[in-house]
Amino acid sequence: MSFPKTSRRPLAALALATAAAISLAGCAGASADAAAGSTTDAASATSLADFGTMADLEAAAKAEGKLNVIALPRTWANYGEVLDLFAQRYPEITITEQSPDASSAEEIQAAKANEGLDTAPDVFDLGLAVALQNTDRFAAYKVATFGDIPAALAEPSGLFVGDYGGYMSIGYDSARFPAPTSLSDLLKPAYKGAVAINGDPTQAGSAFAAVGMAAVQNGGTLDDFTPGIEFFGKLNAAGNFLKVDPTDATIASGETPVVFDWDYLNAAQTSAVPTWKTVVLPGTGYAGYYNQAINKDAPNPAAARLWQEFLYSDEVQNLWLKGGARPARMDAMTTAGTIDSALAAALPTAPSETVVPTEAQSTAAGTLLGQKWATAVQ
Amino acid sequence: MAVVNPLAPGRGARWVIGVGVGLLFAVPFAATVLFTLTPLPGGSGLSVDRWIALVDPANAAKYRPLWTGLGNSLTLAGVTVLLVLGLFTPTMVLVALAFPRLRRVFEFVALLPISLPAIVLVVGLTPLYLQIGRTLGTGAWTLAFAYGILVLPFAYRSIQASIDAIDVKTLSEAARTLGAGWGSVLLRVIVPNLRQGLLAAALISVAVVLGEFTIASLLNRQTLQTALIVVNKQDGYVAAIFTLLALALAFVLLLVIGRVGRIGVGRKT
Amino acid sequence: MTVLDRVVAPAAPEPSAPAPRGAARPGWAWLGLLPFAAYVVLFLVVPTVVAVGSGFVDGHGSFTLDNLAALGDPLVLTAFGNSALVSLVTAVIGAVVGALVCWAMLGLPETGVVRTAVDAASGVLAQFGGVMLAFVLIAAIGAQGVVTVLLRQLTGISLYENGVWLYDLPGVMVAYLIFQVPLMVITFLPALAALKPQWVEAHLTLGGTPAGFWRHVGMPVLAPSFLASLLLLFANAFSSYATAAALASQGSQIVPLQIRTALTSETVLGRENLAGVLALGMIVVVAVVMGLYALVQRRAARWQS
Repeated sequence: MSFPKTSRRPLAALALATAAAISLAGCAGASADAAAGSTTDAASATSLADFGTMADLEAAAKAEGKLNVIALPRTWANYGEVLDLFAQRYPEITITEQSPDASSAEEIQAAKANEGLDTAPDVFDLGLAVALQNTDRFAAYKVATFGDIPAALAEPSGLFVGDYGGYMSIGYDSARFPAPTSLSDLLKPAYKGAVAINGDPTQAGSAFAAVGMAAVQNGGTLDDFTPGIEFFGKLNAAGNFLKVDPTDATIASGETPVVFDWDYLNAAQTSAVPTWKTVVLPGTGYAGYYNQAINKDAPNPAAARLWQEFLYSDEVQNLWLKGGARPARMDAMTTAGTIDSALAAALPTAPSETVVPTEAQSTAAGTLLGQKWATAVQ
Repeated sequence: MAVVNPLAPGRGARWVIGVGVGLLFAVPFAATVLFTLTPLPGGSGLSVDRWIALVDPANAAKYRPLWTGLGNSLTLAGVTVLLVLGLFTPTMVLVALAFPRLRRVFEFVALLPISLPAIVLVVGLTPLYLQIGRTLGTGAWTLAFAYGILVLPFAYRSIQASIDAIDVKTLSEAARTLGAGWGSVLLRVIVPNLRQGLLAAALISVAVVLGEFTIASLLNRQTLQTALIVVNKQDGYVAAIFTLLALALAFVLLLVIGRVGRIGVGRKT
Repeated sequence: MTVLDRVVAPAAPEPSAPAPRGAARPGWAWLGLLPFAAYVVLFLVVPTVVAVGSGFVDGHGSFTLDNLAALGDPLVLTAFGNSALVSLVTAVIGAVVGALVCWAMLGLPETGVVRTAVDAASGVLAQFGGVMLAFVLIAAIGAQGVVTVLLRQLTGISLYENGVWLYDLPGVMVAYLIFQVPLMVITFLPALAALKPQWVEAHLTLGGTPAGFWRHVGMPVLAPSFLASLLLLFANAFSSYATAAALASQGSQIVPLQIRTALTSETVLGRENLAGVLALGMIVVVAVVMGLYALVQRRAARWQS
């Protein structure tokens, strides 16, 4: 008989909400237009020459005032110092660090989910497999020092460029464990309940690399990861395999004292555990490079390109070296003498042979792991 | 005048349960506090050095994302609670009053959001939020719509428990016969009786918003949890300290809300 | 109509008869449902359909039923089994322990310190999860955890004689209990608090015993809310994955982890559509459990009347 009052209430609330939404949209719309107007040139720039000089690029980036980076943990290859240096040098550009834990696939998904919005990531740092599959999302850009980068590490038109890399290594707390000289050492009772890998190989790139390294160290090749899977099966059967995900906290608390990870990530653990040592097993070394790419859809294209130029400058390449990673321009810088030789000497000795999987090998290994891994480590 | 509830257990049983469960829950957090008191390399015993390092001004820039995230999360919590109180509650009362048959459907719908992991929901929310981003902007507050859905199962359970305990039909009929309009019926008759459920719903809503990470992260919004992940990446000890601080903050916030929500309890009308 | 009628016959949680007056609801009432319906359709139904629908298209966007074959994969079936087991165990234990805590809190004044604090703590812990929950547990009972070390030093008992069970399903269950019990406390307390003390007094006056009260009045009245909270706990555990991802990181042993691998893996690419089918499987499981719950509710309601 008298429901009208009830029904008017939600309608009124809806009207109020709509009004609020429209006014907020007005603000958002305005800022988006302002940004779009100034960046139509930057988005199509393919090298520094398109801007003019470095100062022109810096001015264009500062006009944008923002930079969205994604998946750059501060302790990963010393990215913390790199980000701080950029913020210090260009205080007009506010860096927004998004999702430091994101995998390469999640970075691309973030770009898709925020297409055209100001929250889209400007630059990516991707594993090779994901980079190869998503080149249609990148904007080609060749940094000023592009010539220094080995051809094998860069896509010819600059769609994605290798930035730093390292070898799969074994990090361990030297106060509690002897140095492993070969993989079979890890099967001994001394390492009971101690060995972990950084994630699940069907999910994370570094764990995948750990299995690959185990495969090549056990006499196999990258075409077939089975020896690697079998090694971890044996490790699990011996009771030496820890199935927890090692983090900075678990390493600091001593819960995961032996970890398979990239050598630069293991190197960073000495700040928490002073007795942490990293060993790259001799013989065949499994290496991996990460790759820089610019989002074709970047909301701040000039800032993105400035970030690229910044990353490939001598200073920042040395910062990556400080983090224990091998920067892409390392060979050229060593020849030119601009590399920090003390840091370079501190890197673990490179094994005599280095292998990097191709796209085909990665896909085959991925399928194999999907089928065999879960049962092997039950 | 303290009324002893005859349903309640005696003091002995209460203490056993309280201390038993309380200890079990306290142990992990005590262990974490011990972990954060690990001395810096070279020291020994326990030390508060790592806590003190937090307030070091040199590190202030690293914690900047936290302030933005916290502000966004608090705003989101407010909007979500508004949604729960302003949209869910009247609808649930309406269903109880006029559409009792819809209850089963409502229950299933209310259970759906936690039947699916957040990463799957995000797959579906992404195109929607793309449009929202284009029309309403990319401010973090728009996440409240998704958070309302996440909160729905918990809020529904709490409010429904209270609705079931009171006879809504009789109450509203009595009020209407006495001349109250529907607004008065809702606000002055029904809602005060639902206070327990509404308070519980509000508390869990705030807790969900403060603790939610996946959707905010995948939609690239800055909230407390996404900021914590960024800041926690510095080292393991900082991560543990900030976890404890974030939990303590949420606890204090819920305590305050709980006290405010209970003003007027015990007053016999 | 006397007070006694109200006391002895509580509000029936299971509506058994249609509304006696005004059976044809005026349009106004339906209009009142509109805002909520619109909201739910837009932010829940549509995303769910999109997410589940992604399981029925292949990489090129054309309709296919091939992904459904994945549901027959023994690894996936084991994952569903594991998920159901973990959810069931943590739901039951969480519900029982949570109900006990609620019961213990009944005797305390509502505005008192203890109840407000426990409410707040429950709210906070009910939403705690992920890497940090895993770490908090590891700090306590991990292989190098405080409790483990103390236990070994004081009594010589080693928790992990036969392998570290913490990093497997049993450990995941322990971790889940840390948020399941508080969730039960926060959702069940309103129901328990609504049990009117007058009923006990009436029961006792009429010659009953306290135990008899619980058996004939208390439990039947609380059963629907208890079961509903149990259902909520089950669904909550069923869809949680961040804690398990950190704790039992190898092998994607539960369904949400399989979904995570399908959607976000760096190494096995191109399987995003599998996530949609797995999500459909999850919805089916929860729907089945809901069906069982509705069955039990109907039984309980019959017992009541």
